[in-house]
Amino acid sequence: MEELILSARGLNLYYGENHALKDISIDIPERRITALIGPSGCGKSTFLRTINRMNDLIPNVKITGSLTYRGQEIYAPEQDVTDLRKRIGMVFQKPNPFPMSIYDNVAYGPRTHGTRNKVKLDEIVEESLRGAAIWDEVKDRLKKSALGLSGGQQQRLCIARALAVKPDVLLMDEATSALDPISTAKIEDLAAELKNDYTIIMVTHNMQQAARISDNTAFFLLGELVEFGETEQMFSMPQDKRTEDYITGRFG
Amino acid sequence: MEEANIMPQTALEVCRNEKCRGKGLSMGRKIYDRGLRGLVWLCAGLTCTLLVFLIGYIFYRGLPNLSLEFLTTQESLLKGTMGILPAIQNTLYVVGVTLVIALPLGVGAAVYLTEYASNRRLVTTIEFATETLSGIPSILYALVGYLAFSKTLGLGYSLLAASLTLAMMNLPTIIRTTQESLKTVPQGYREGALGLGSGKWHMIRTIVLPGSIDGIVTGCILSVGRIVGESAVLLYVGGMDGTMNNFFASLDKFAHSSGATLTVQLYVFAKERAMMDPAFAVAVVLLVLTFLINLAAKVVGKRLRQR
Ligand SMILES: Nc1ncnc2c1ncn2[C@@H]1O[C@H](COP(=O)(O)OP(=O)(O)OP(=O)(O)O)[C@@H](O)[C@H]1O
Ligand SMILES: [Mg+2]
Repeated sequence: MEELILSARGLNLYYGENHALKDISIDIPERRITALIGPSGCGKSTFLRTINRMNDLIPNVKITGSLTYRGQEIYAPEQDVTDLRKRIGMVFQKPNPFPMSIYDNVAYGPRTHGTRNKVKLDEIVEESLRGAAIWDEVKDRLKKSALGLSGGQQQRLCIARALAVKPDVLLMDEATSALDPISTAKIEDLAAELKNDYTIIMVTHNMQQAARISDNTAFFLLGELVEFGETEQMFSMPQDKRTEDYITGRFG
Repeated sequence: MEEANIMPQTALEVCRNEKCRGKGLSMGRKIYDRGLRGLVWLCAGLTCTLLVFLIGYIFYRGLPNLSLEFLTTQESLLKGTMGILPAIQNTLYVVGVTLVIALPLGVGAAVYLTEYASNRRLVTTIEFATETLSGIPSILYALVGYLAFSKTLGLGYSLLAASLTLAMMNLPTIIRTTQESLKTVPQGYREGALGLGSGKWHMIRTIVLPGSIDGIVTGCILSVGRIVGESAVLLYVGGMDGTMNNFFASLDKFAHSSGATLTVQLYVFAKERAMMDPAFAVAVVLLVLTFLINLAAKVVGKRLRQR
């Protein structure tokens, strides 16, 4: 039996009047890659952003139901949001390196959480960049601006930046959708490797990608979780007619 | 059915009409074009001539009266000197004190409005108010400043009262320019920092403010320009004294020294004492100063943006 790391029970989210997540119940296991699939606007990003409370930034959001991380209620009033976000890292759809050097980008998180020691920082930066499979490409230009990197490199830098705070869970929102096939392959390999130490939840529009690298898949439709199960099972024998229609490309 | 028939016909007619008018029109258009271009040239030429004449005349009248002694002494019958050092000193004092007050307040308010305030209605209202306030004549600020600082706070005619008034006057501009540059910082940077577990203020201090420093500095330098060029407020609230102040001798001196800045000194020379030569010399100083300030705003803004 796998350890559960995140579970939702009857989770609802409203953007004002718009009911964007409808009664979601899901159990996400530890050290696995969970893929979230579904047509545009079905609430994948919304669900992902609910997990690390990024939706707190948006006014008029209302959330009901239960969502727990290692048994802790994420939306409990006493929840420390910065601590939660430190444990649940996020990689965004559009690479968003800060306008500073490559080194400072990776060191941003550790510095924020109080690491000042230069030797320690050097260590973390190298380890994270290696972890994100970009060390060899940037080791000679750590002091150069991160904005000079290619899109694929920027995205891997963002992964390194997220790894540097040693998160427990990594959320990736269409992290490869802006990238070429080679960069995408690199990030997929990376994800496959990272799952030895991290729990990864990734949104993807790419069925092949979901089938290739994920262990579990969740299919969302119009704010509902239609089906959730082992990827292999789901792609060979979907339980729900709507899932079948979607993964065989009959709509969406 | 009939309507469907009419349509293409009218379209064709329009087309034909266009064609036969084409030649006459292009002839007329050419003349119209030339005339308009000439007019624009004339306007540009007139403006330039006026500008060159103005600057030229000020330099022509002012430069001969400008000397190192003029810039580094105060007026003294005993020593027989005739200088504007007090006015320069007063100007620096006013610029310094105004910025020290207005900059933190303005930047703070802008950060609150763009990063913290969640009531959109209120924010739009305040933004509209600051926009309006940055456009009203300075004499209105002078009036309010006089009542608030000179009378109510008992600062009298003093450069401190003038600086407070000028701070009030420059606040809207500083808030506006800061807000504009805060808004140019991509949302992705904010989310990236928060997503790493950064607190809000930490995120603003380390990502947002450094990213908008160019706009803040540019706004700040333009404010300096406005302060240096201001006269109504200073005449009304600051006083016209032309002797050296020792602001830092005591708190009382700091708060109650009155004095003339460069613009006021110019007014005193020209209007009160009918001494045109020194007045033009001050004008040259002001002109050069304004030029340098604007240049600084451009260069610094560009430098910071490139970084
Ligand atoms: N900030 C917001 N304010 C209001 N409504 C929003 C906001 N963000 C998303 N929504 C709405 O919530 C629903 C789900 O959006 P979401 O972004 O989660 O979809 P998605 O599955 O990620 O789609 P995509 O594949 O296009 O990224 C949509 O109807 C969308 O219009
Ligand atoms: Mg999305």
